[in-house]
Amino acid sequence: MNTKLALSDKETIQFREVSFHINDIPARAIVSCISLAVSNGETLVLLGRSGSGKTTLLRLINGMLLPSQGEVLVQNCSTRDWDLIRLRRGIGYVIQDAGLFPHFTVAENIGLVPSLEKWDRYRTAVRVGELLTLVGLDPSEFAGRHPRELSGGQRQRVGVARALAADPPILLMDEPFGALDPVTRAELQREFSALARRLGKTIVFVTHDLREALLLASRIVLLEAGRIVATATPQEFLRLDHPEVRAFTSSLAVPSGIPA
Amino acid sequence: MHEIKVERPMSPSLTSWTFFVEHRAEILSATLDHLALVLIAMTIAILIGVPLGMFIVQRPALRTIALGIASIFQTIPSLALFGFLIPIPFIGGIGKRTAIVALVLYALLPILRNTYVGLTSIDPAVLESAEAMGMTRAQILIRVRFPLALAVILAGIRTATIITIGVATIAAAIGAGGLGTFIFRGVALVSDALILAGAIPAALLALLADFLLGLLERRLRIS
Repeated sequence: MNTKLALSDKETIQFREVSFHINDIPARAIVSCISLAVSNGETLVLLGRSGSGKTTLLRLINGMLLPSQGEVLVQNCSTRDWDLIRLRRGIGYVIQDAGLFPHFTVAENIGLVPSLEKWDRYRTAVRVGELLTLVGLDPSEFAGRHPRELSGGQRQRVGVARALAADPPILLMDEPFGALDPVTRAELQREFSALARRLGKTIVFVTHDLREALLLASRIVLLEAGRIVATATPQEFLRLDHPEVRAFTSSLAVPSGIPA
Repeated sequence: MHEIKVERPMSPSLTSWTFFVEHRAEILSATLDHLALVLIAMTIAILIGVPLGMFIVQRPALRTIALGIASIFQTIPSLALFGFLIPIPFIGGIGKRTAIVALVLYALLPILRNTYVGLTSIDPAVLESAEAMGMTRAQILIRVRFPLALAVILAGIRTATIITIGVATIAAAIGAGGLGTFIFRGVALVSDALILAGAIPAALLALLADFLLGLLERRLRIS
């Protein structure tokens, strides 16, 4: 997508000078002075080491956390003013362990938000079938299974399908592929990248994996110790001259001594 | 005294067996009384313990108090607890009602504690997803926490049932009937046969309850 066009689009999510402190103690800031706008339809990747505040930013978007200072706007309304239940039903959420409900079948997991939204059974069943197909799982084989009968990769696919169930305009993803083996991870990253382009959702994606960020992002935001240190497209990012950027780019290097 | 002297040389198992056969109708009726006592007490304890456990999950301030009080009841020796209740108006006195109150107080701790532990020891990722998907607190409690805690809650009910079957034998001391009647009479008359006539059915009841509730618990456990 053309970046100029994206910038002129309506901004779906906006952080205005946001800080978040534990128990409102400024000395215990997790994120400080974050100003950031996420445009409609872009995939924004929050990149950073563990503890850099990525997950906190994500949780500020769906109101699981409320800012200590500043405000977070979702569709031009502060998360303080949103009915949080309504807000969250319009935002898909995928986490590392998928967090599937172990006592529900795959179909019940995916159909949860539709059932909360009182969709009728037929409409939900059709939607579950569509979504399973979309994430590459055969509905007739997987709909009736329980999460314990799935591999890690399949669970993550169901997690993505569940997040998309009620067709939310926004998708939040917290290291969704982080716990997978490298081969499965690469496979899911490729598929998700294609899926994201096709769906046109506004996606905020948290990762500590630069390779993943470069593959998926329309824009990368680099965080260090709770502050934004760089914002760039994947092409620009690699050319940035900042110590934390170099720390990440050097992590891409192939170990020396191994023949190419 | 004379009778006992006559019976002494005989093997105790044989006299017990004869006693069992001769008094089977009485033993069966006492067993049913005992079972009724346990079922009524357990029903009340579950109706109090499970909702109270669900309630204290939402109110951490009440948690320590509720679990503390339930623990105190459990530390009072059962015979003393029955004794304490006798002079209390409405719930006290001699008979089944007092016994049921005491049994409920005894059964409460395992049920309350397991309900609380079961509801609070759920995979944080599952609870995070539930919250992030826009489920209300009540929906999370009823549709996620409760079904996932069911096996642990049932384990508490199982423990409480076995305790109650045992403690209920002591309820005979305050005139509540049941299998304890044989045991107390047996102790007073130094009769193994009488003691066993109360103890064996009580033990069998406990084993049966343990087995059946264990079966149910395994069916509910989600790996």
